[in-house]
Amino acid sequence: MDIDTISRRKFLKLSGLTGVALTLGYYLPANAKEPKLITAFDAENRGIELNSWIYIDVLGKVTLYSHRAEMGQGVYQSIPQIIAEELHVDLDKVNIVFAPGDNVKYGNQITGGSSSIRGSYKNLLNLSATARVMLIKAASNKWNVSELECYAEDGHVIHKPSGKKLHYGELVLEASKLDIPKNVVLKKTSEYKLIRKPLQRQDTPLKTNGTAVFGIDKMIPGMLYAMVERNPRLRGKVKSFDATEALKIPGVKQVFIVRMGVFNTFREGVAVVADSVWAAMKGKKALKVDWDDTGFEHLNTEDIYRRMEEALQKDEGLSFVSKGDSNAIIKSAEKKIDVVYTTPYQSHSCMEPLNCIAHYQKDKIEIWGPIQAPEWVQDYISKELGIAREKVIVNMTFLGGGFGRKAFMDYPHEATMISKEINAPVQVIWSREDDATQGPYRPGISYRCQGVVANSEISAFKVSIAGQNNSHWRGGAKDIPNRSATEGFLKPYVDNIQNLSIVDIPFETPIPTMWWRSVYASTNGFAYESFMDELAAESAKDPITFRRTYLKDERSSELLDKLEEVSGWKNRTKGYGVAITECFGSTVGQIVKVSKNAENKIQIDQVWAVIDCGWYVNPDIIKAQVEGSIVMALGAATIHEITFKDGKTVQNNFNTYKMPRITDIPPIEVYIMENDADAGGVGEPGLPPFAPALTNAIFDLTGKRIRKLPFELAKV
Amino acid sequence: MAIINLKINSKDYSIDVDPQMPLLWAIRDFVGLKGTKYGCGIAQCGACTVHLNGQPVRSCSLPVAAVANKNITTIEGLSDDNSHPIQKAWIEEQVPQCGYCQSGQIMAAAALLSKNASPNDADIDAAMQGHICRCGTYPRIKRAIKKASENKP
Ligand code: FES
Ligand code: FES
Repeated sequence: MDIDTISRRKFLKLSGLTGVALTLGYYLPANAKEPKLITAFDAENRGIELNSWIYIDVLGKVTLYSHRAEMGQGVYQSIPQIIAEELHVDLDKVNIVFAPGDNVKYGNQITGGSSSIRGSYKNLLNLSATARVMLIKAASNKWNVSELECYAEDGHVIHKPSGKKLHYGELVLEASKLDIPKNVVLKKTSEYKLIRKPLQRQDTPLKTNGTAVFGIDKMIPGMLYAMVERNPRLRGKVKSFDATEALKIPGVKQVFIVRMGVFNTFREGVAVVADSVWAAMKGKKALKVDWDDTGFEHLNTEDIYRRMEEALQKDEGLSFVSKGDSNAIIKSAEKKIDVVYTTPYQSHSCMEPLNCIAHYQKDKIEIWGPIQAPEWVQDYISKELGIAREKVIVNMTFLGGGFGRKAFMDYPHEATMISKEINAPVQVIWSREDDATQGPYRPGISYRCQGVVANSEISAFKVSIAGQNNSHWRGGAKDIPNRSATEGFLKPYVDNIQNLSIVDIPFETPIPTMWWRSVYASTNGFAYESFMDELAAESAKDPITFRRTYLKDERSSELLDKLEEVSGWKNRTKGYGVAITECFGSTVGQIVKVSKNAENKIQIDQVWAVIDCGWYVNPDIIKAQVEGSIVMALGAATIHEITFKDGKTVQNNFNTYKMPRITDIPPIEVYIMENDADAGGVGEPGLPPFAPALTNAIFDLTGKRIRKLPFELAKV
Repeated sequence: MAIINLKINSKDYSIDVDPQMPLLWAIRDFVGLKGTKYGCGIAQCGACTVHLNGQPVRSCSLPVAAVANKNITTIEGLSDDNSHPIQKAWIEEQVPQCGYCQSGQIMAAAALLSKNASPNDADIDAAMQGHICRCGTYPRIKRAIKKASENKP
């Protein structure tokens, strides 16, 4: 099965819009910040375009026109759960149709920053509840009774005194002409029947029988396949190539240089177009290419980190947080801690390698693929190819992992350029080697942490950060500090530590970098929460008690209570470590327990995680996301890293960029805090606390501080 | 190029291809069954796992000529209706996230279960450690295999 994506116009036509359905949607009035609800009936009369809407047809089927890609985080499930709850229908009556990329009409469409549910749940609840109230009103009008005597259940409106009953489908016509009621009352959390229940995801069966269509599985009539030989030196160019042997391979049709955008720069490769993936792969192997590497020959990991270290010691940067006078306190202190934490470059390595189909047709470009940011693709391609943005149609498929990598425009751009050259639809598939060696990567970052403890409390806390700023690739200003310098660090810490200084030291390399699951929190969290633990040890206080001095607010304290409770913290033995981080509106605390095994090597016995993500939909999806985040964090902390030698990425496949396996995974318990605060993200916040909780546990067991990731558990 | 006869999910296919082409691409691009996935191409990730005479094999690293006329089962042939005990357990335990690795995981787990009706942790580790899941569904994979072994009549 495909994820349906249909154009807006076609949808309106299919739905009849005002004729035989109740269509309710949001539009953004000119100059307004908040979208407004409107019926399609009204919208049509006033010539307003709807942004996103639900549509109830004469059969009572509910369709949401959604604008989020599904990449594993369970949006496919959570959105229908929200709608069904307030609309009082069965979950299987709710369908989602995904909108093709178009930010003018649908607002921000990026699936990232854990924002899928966060950004939309209040509107969705309100939309659904409003539709229900209108259906009830329509029924009471029909029966000529008071709407107070009517209620909605299982897709029907029922008149309580008489037991009369009408199906939603029989009411949509009437309801569609009503005015939109104001101040619709939403259910209380305690009244939920579907929300907060661990319902099964609707896409699971498609993923257990091989029928879910990922980008790589999509086929378009007349489609050819392409693979691209890419310069192993990041962003290098092609001097010349010899395609004689490649063109002899049966099925190989054309070989040419292709140029694709990497943010504001370009990289070049040689494309081999063929009638099958295998022929393209063989053709690629048979190519002889002479590369132009100017400028990238001498890029080495050791040099990069040495430069960071020098920059950190010089300590001249852009101030991001400056409270009190940490510099003076540190300078004059008799005893201070001054240490450097180092985190590696990492590849996203989604299980589905990058791929994209493009069909260039002179006045129109159509794209299909596993794409996290359809509207960026639309913008970029429209700009690069000089074609109106509404003529760039981006269709999303299931994504075999995204983690930030598939929010990037290079691979759709490349597919488009190849399609343009051959004048036919084409699917470009990246080999695993291409995917691993070309970036963009999570930037490697070093942190210099300086602090002073007096009277068992923090008297000064200073962190200087040297690492690439992802936003510079997108043209971000270079004279302002990285906005994400405290991502991962709890806000109450920032508020309550008196003498606090966070400095961003500008640092550049030619390596393309990009968001990686939980973005800066994934590396910041390690530095901040390890350092917090060093200060706690210095204070001789219990690490949780020490943190409580600064985390006094209700939500943080309750989370710490829960962590202590589920892990048996107060009666613990040796080998326990704690860390707590916040990003994308959610806070996650983790406790890791380690011990030494029979061979005297460190082993991870157990992980406890507590997430406070505020209002939430599906506890099972949240647990799955946190489990997955911990596994990903474990890989990044103890198994893999991307390194560079002579301008090339060293690791090129899963034999050298090794992944965590089923044998590496400790038991993981996940708990969710219950409250109704604004919904936070769930796809990313579970990742950052793992590494520091692990190294803090190792410190607790062995007295050894680990300040450089990744490290091998067996070698501690 | 050569004519190769393949027997996939009890159906016969005759395809004219490079005999050295890995079975993976024959299944995906010439037979048209897209459930079997490409992950690494070098027998490291397990995404391409199918059954060859009941044994789990890496189709990315097996020339199509070497498996002519042998019994091949892909994810599409495991059951018609998601009713294999492993598929049922996978749904009950809500294993998949992005889902991309899951065809391979399920084929490996199904092969394990057919040899060993009640695998212990070590058996599961041994059978599944060649399979990468970047989404980190391993804890659920373990639970689901155990559940499937309990559910089995
Ligand atoms: S694709 Fe065959 S093992 Fe990875
Ligand atoms: S479910 Fe995404 S890789 Fe396994």
